[in-house]
Amino acid sequence: MYVAVKGGEAAIGHAHAWLAEERRGDPAVAEIGTDQIAEQMTLAVDRVMAEGSLYDPGLASLAIKQSRGDLIEAIFLLRAYRTTLPRFGASLPVETGAMRVRRRVSATYKDLPGGQVLGPTFDYTHRLLDFALAAEGGVPPAAAQAEPGDDSACPAVTGLLAAEGLMAAEEASDAEPGDLTRTPLAFPAGRALRLQNLARADEGFLLSMAYSTQRGYGGNHPFVGELRQGEVVVEIEPPELGFAIGIGEVTLTECQMVNQFHGSRAEPPQFTRGYGLVLGRTERRAMSMALVDRALRAAELGEEVVAPAQDEEFVLSHSDNVEATGFLEHLKLPHYVDFQSELESVRAMRAAAARDALREAAE
Amino acid sequence: MSAAVQGSDRSSGRTGAEGYNFAYLDEGTKRMIRRALLKAVAVPGHQVPFGSREMPLPYGWGTGGIQVTAAVIGPEDVLKVIDQGADDTTNAVSIRRFFARVAPGLRTTERTADATVIQTRHRIPETPLREGQVMVYQVPQPEPLYKLEPRRAETRRLHALADYGLMQVKLYEDIARNGRVGSSYDHPVMVGGRYLMSPSPIPSFDNPKMHRSPALQLFGAGRERRLYAVPPYTEVRSLDFDDHPFEPLRARARCALCGADDTYLDEMVTDDRGGRVFVCSDTDYCGERQGGERQGGERQGGERQGGERQGSGAA
Repeated sequence: MYVAVKGGEAAIGHAHAWLAEERRGDPAVAEIGTDQIAEQMTLAVDRVMAEGSLYDPGLASLAIKQSRGDLIEAIFLLRAYRTTLPRFGASLPVETGAMRVRRRVSATYKDLPGGQVLGPTFDYTHRLLDFALAAEGGVPPAAAQAEPGDDSACPAVTGLLAAEGLMAAEEASDAEPGDLTRTPLAFPAGRALRLQNLARADEGFLLSMAYSTQRGYGGNHPFVGELRQGEVVVEIEPPELGFAIGIGEVTLTECQMVNQFHGSRAEPPQFTRGYGLVLGRTERRAMSMALVDRALRAAELGEEVVAPAQDEEFVLSHSDNVEATGFLEHLKLPHYVDFQSELESVRAMRAAAARDALREAAE
Repeated sequence: MSAAVQGSDRSSGRTGAEGYNFAYLDEGTKRMIRRALLKAVAVPGHQVPFGSREMPLPYGWGTGGIQVTAAVIGPEDVLKVIDQGADDTTNAVSIRRFFARVAPGLRTTERTADATVIQTRHRIPETPLREGQVMVYQVPQPEPLYKLEPRRAETRRLHALADYGLMQVKLYEDIARNGRVGSSYDHPVMVGGRYLMSPSPIPSFDNPKMHRSPALQLFGAGRERRLYAVPPYTEVRSLDFDDHPFEPLRARARCALCGADDTYLDEMVTDDRGGRVFVCSDTDYCGERQGGERQGGERQGGERQGGERQGSGAA
């Protein structure tokens, strides 16, 4: 007689034990510390914080260690932790104009107030494997430091354009933005929620969507007006105090894309903005976000919505990698009840088709 | 509502796994979900948006169902979890262990008759449900029209207008082409004569069990952030045509274990020469019929956690 397979419970226990073993790897090799990850895998930590929507390098490092370096899994761990945290309040809007800049480049002006600051970038490195790193590594010599200039203020490039009337004004609003982690998205979502969604969207998805606009699917002639990276102070204003207090610093990357706009009957030709702001030093994602933001403004600016990157519902519904990976990987779960129904259905259809064929042959 | 719903109020202040509230979700979140559920019960079959939380289990694993269960369950409840009809499938085990871990005092069971809350993926138990029981369905895709119209902004409009012509045409085309309706599971139903609803991917064999069921049926879709409900004794009609009435499907065979010829069967391939046997998909029902010398009745909470860690107190 047939005996159905049992033992899901024991299997899970053993699988978890095996997973823990695999995660640790060869015990003869020193275990990696979360401090090492936080200090030396900084861009991975930044990505996990950005997409995990939680600024905590320590927890992000732990998540990376626990997930064996699978960043989407690490993002998932961080999100699942974040969702249990109580909310004490909302910060004031951060002032990126007052950012302590470690990198700031503009592709639209050769020089500009505040200057170009190349900063720690891969941009002009030659991508040759450095075998010395594999051997010893060691501590590199300290980089030269410039004296801060007299006018260290860094006005936003888009502000310079706006002063000339060349940059379309954004609609100002003091309305409290929605929170897509608490309220389900409805469409049209509006720009605030759109930006919120893009800020934690999967980096690969954002990059591809942005890239598609560059290849003609909803193109919008972008220039990097400015890309800046550095630390800003986060402030809250407790009602019982009545004034703002700084509670810490976060590292942000902001990208302002300048895009041509042909103008309409109501507005003269001018530039429009695509905006990207992300946690950490995740420059690729800030730039992608700015391109996708601009593409998603198509309807608002009276452009024809023809490309995927311009379709708000399409982009926002498929940008979250925790949602996407969960739903995709759930195909691994048993589906034999449904498959059994499909089997019976296909068999019934085949039987009907065979009967019909027989009848036709007889006629 | 049911005793189960009241139970969760009494749970306030009880803590589950270290650092987490009873049944994982904080009381504010549970209240938000219960409000959405009340609305869903008041408008049977209508999809209610809710602020779905990120759960420690992946989307697609039943995050919607887990949130609904967490919102309605209390320490006096008895929970049963099934996946594909079985209590011992890995995902059912995992979800049952999750609740045993985060909801101290909660008892779990494999017996349909003993359960006050039954969370399910893809099946409705063969044992008839009774008043006071709550069925919680895990729903991957709450929008029954999504294959015909992917834009939710548009499907919302269609529901508002009760414009279900798209689906009727699809069923008609199935019949014209294949002589029968193509959907063998997740076959759409009309609830209370008003809303078209996805019954979740249960086999169409189970659809009739929803009709005028004495149990409260709650549906949770976590990733899609929707809840909906079928209150007890509500009319649930599988979509069909007068000349092509709805026809639930099952394998024409008997269960090899208990001999039942009226249950939904899983097909087991026994060799590579076409050998196969059929057994009940509902393991509890099948076990009862075989004479009950089986393990797994009621359990106290706090099943052992074989080497599993879920980052409690990670800060």
